[in-house]
Amino acid sequence: MSAGRGASVRTGPRTGAAHLTPGTDAAAPLVLARAVRHRRERRVALVLAVLVLIVAAVSLMVGAYNLSVPDLLRTLVGQGTTSENFIVFKLRLPRLTLAILVGVAFAVSGALFQTVLRNPLASPDIIGVTGGASAAAVFGMLVLGLGSVATSFMAFGGALVVACAIYLLAWRGGVAGYRFVLIGVGVAFMVQGLLGYLLSRADLRNAQDALTWLVGSVSGARWPEIVVLAAFLAVLLPGVAVLAGRMRMLQLGDDSASALGVRAERSRLALLVVAVALAALATAFVGPLAFVAFVAAPIARRLVATGSLALVPAALIGVLITTVADFTAQHLLPGSLDLPAGIITGAIGAPYLLWLLATQNRIGKGA
Amino acid sequence: MLTSAQAGMTGAPARGSALPTEALRMPRRRQLAGLLIAVVLLVVAVTASLVVGSRDIPLGTVLDALLRPDLSLTDHTVVLDLRVPRTAIGLLAGLALGLAGALMQGITRNPLADPGLLGVNAGASLFVVAGIAWFGVSSALGYVWFAFAGAFVAAVIVYVIGSLGREGATPVKLALAGTALTASLTSLITIVLLGDSAAFDKYRFWSAGSLVARDLGSALQLAPFVGVGVLLCVLAGRMLNALALGDDLARGLGQNLVAARIVCAVAVVLLCGSATALAGPIVFVGLAVPHIARRFTGPDYRWILLYSAVLGPVLLLTADVLGRVIAPPGEIEAGLVVAFLGAPMLIALVRRVKLAGL
Repeated sequence: MSAGRGASVRTGPRTGAAHLTPGTDAAAPLVLARAVRHRRERRVALVLAVLVLIVAAVSLMVGAYNLSVPDLLRTLVGQGTTSENFIVFKLRLPRLTLAILVGVAFAVSGALFQTVLRNPLASPDIIGVTGGASAAAVFGMLVLGLGSVATSFMAFGGALVVACAIYLLAWRGGVAGYRFVLIGVGVAFMVQGLLGYLLSRADLRNAQDALTWLVGSVSGARWPEIVVLAAFLAVLLPGVAVLAGRMRMLQLGDDSASALGVRAERSRLALLVVAVALAALATAFVGPLAFVAFVAAPIARRLVATGSLALVPAALIGVLITTVADFTAQHLLPGSLDLPAGIITGAIGAPYLLWLLATQNRIGKGA
Repeated sequence: MLTSAQAGMTGAPARGSALPTEALRMPRRRQLAGLLIAVVLLVVAVTASLVVGSRDIPLGTVLDALLRPDLSLTDHTVVLDLRVPRTAIGLLAGLALGLAGALMQGITRNPLADPGLLGVNAGASLFVVAGIAWFGVSSALGYVWFAFAGAFVAAVIVYVIGSLGREGATPVKLALAGTALTASLTSLITIVLLGDSAAFDKYRFWSAGSLVARDLGSALQLAPFVGVGVLLCVLAGRMLNALALGDDLARGLGQNLVAARIVCAVAVVLLCGSATALAGPIVFVGLAVPHIARRFTGPDYRWILLYSAVLGPVLLLTADVLGRVIAPPGEIEAGLVVAFLGAPMLIALVRRVKLAGL
């Protein structure tokens, strides 16, 4: 799509969200500032990684059958009893691994959407990308009677179709942030209508299964699927790392970016493709886990507080959210139901979102 | 109800003093001609709603059923027990949604305002769901109090959040605040539903936005609420015209801004709450109707409200009739048809080069 037209691209309100604005220290001590930034980002990432480790260990130890730390270590190095092996390797580790992988995928996807479209609300949840995945998957489940693998393919395809539709509809000599988001909102409502229709036509029990899937859950984790997901991520995440440099340029504005040799529109497209792929992939495996994509990056940026993209901290925050949410849903809620993790992320997402809207708007740069 | 609105809006004294832009005013002849067309369309839509269906009943038989009901005839029972309530609900809900949309666009000066888009319907839905699940509510009159409370809470949240900040409630900000709120509320609704399969079973039919979820009794019970909303709209017309000039000018013209906003907000809550309790959360009727109206009326809100009151039911009933014939032998709910008709309209609005404020 036409590149190098950055100057004439209509980008709506030019002001990105405050935390997206690069530091004002851009001129002289650039190298020093960057070093400080990197150090701070690394420190935050390290703390987050330790937290992830603790949560991981706890979720491997706690359950109907509690393991002690030595028990867990013994089992992990292959010295466990049969029952310990079963509990750790068949039940808890797959679930944990899946939660970690989708946490990364959703968080990075949200970070890319929000940065590229310069809008803190532009996450795949809000603009209908995960909704498209949901509608397609529920169609597969309820109408075609597909199994879980085929359902995943449907979800992936649905997200891609919706994302393409939004991109094409929002295209007008460039993709402006607000237009993309609002068109996504329109598409999201259509998709929501379709979902409602499918749910109302199905047998109640099947519809309830679909509803559970729609909340997002990591409980059905199995190793073969996890391997597939990990393989995809192993391809996509390095792609993100490569593109991250261009994204920093894009943050300076289209004009500066093209002056620096970055084709603005083409880079945006590439970044969006990766972001959509990540969201579609994660949704395909665990359902549209509410709000993880939406909240992870803003939290990470606030923690790092240097105005950098903070992709690694964002990914770690995503992991923390999914693992803690799954642990809470499994063990900390009253009742014996095995609740989906999405119930927790959905519940914490709502107040966070309202707070974000309120504080973003206070500085007059809400959207 | 329509006639009272009409009388109030066209016969208001001091006409013209608060018009946004005198130059933009449409000729009176065009306004009246458009209204005549709209009324004719309404008659056609009502007739179609009574005639068309899985069992096509000739107009003569429909009239017979209405005038000389004979309950031994199946056609007559179908008309009286199914088609009439459905049409009445379509009329009421369409009227309420159309007016609510016009009010919201006026009060927020936001071309994208709609009870569904701004999250008001989602708020009403959440409270209704809570009512079903936790308080065992099942009558329309029971639903409506929950719906009012939810609509009120959501409207306040969106408006307050949307208008924080220096430039106030910009269209984009309000629409996004509404969407974001809808997303959160939907997630909360799901939490309630997951633990309660009976509530889920009720909710899934109601949430598609159907005109067949309620009976005539419910429509009659809710009609007074809609009636009060309509009466408030009669007051609101001139207030919105003043608000359209901007806060400062409106104040200068002697308009009490707080009073105006309260009147409109109460009307919105009554109308959205009633519509949601009757027909479920329906999106886009309130968005589309005032925009269509504006083409004939110009910027005068008294006319826009009057048109919206007529066109809202036209759109909803047409969508309902379409839903009956698109996919035989089944039916598609009106709310779904409206979503598929309305989303392209939103997209077209957004794609306009300039997202003009109101």
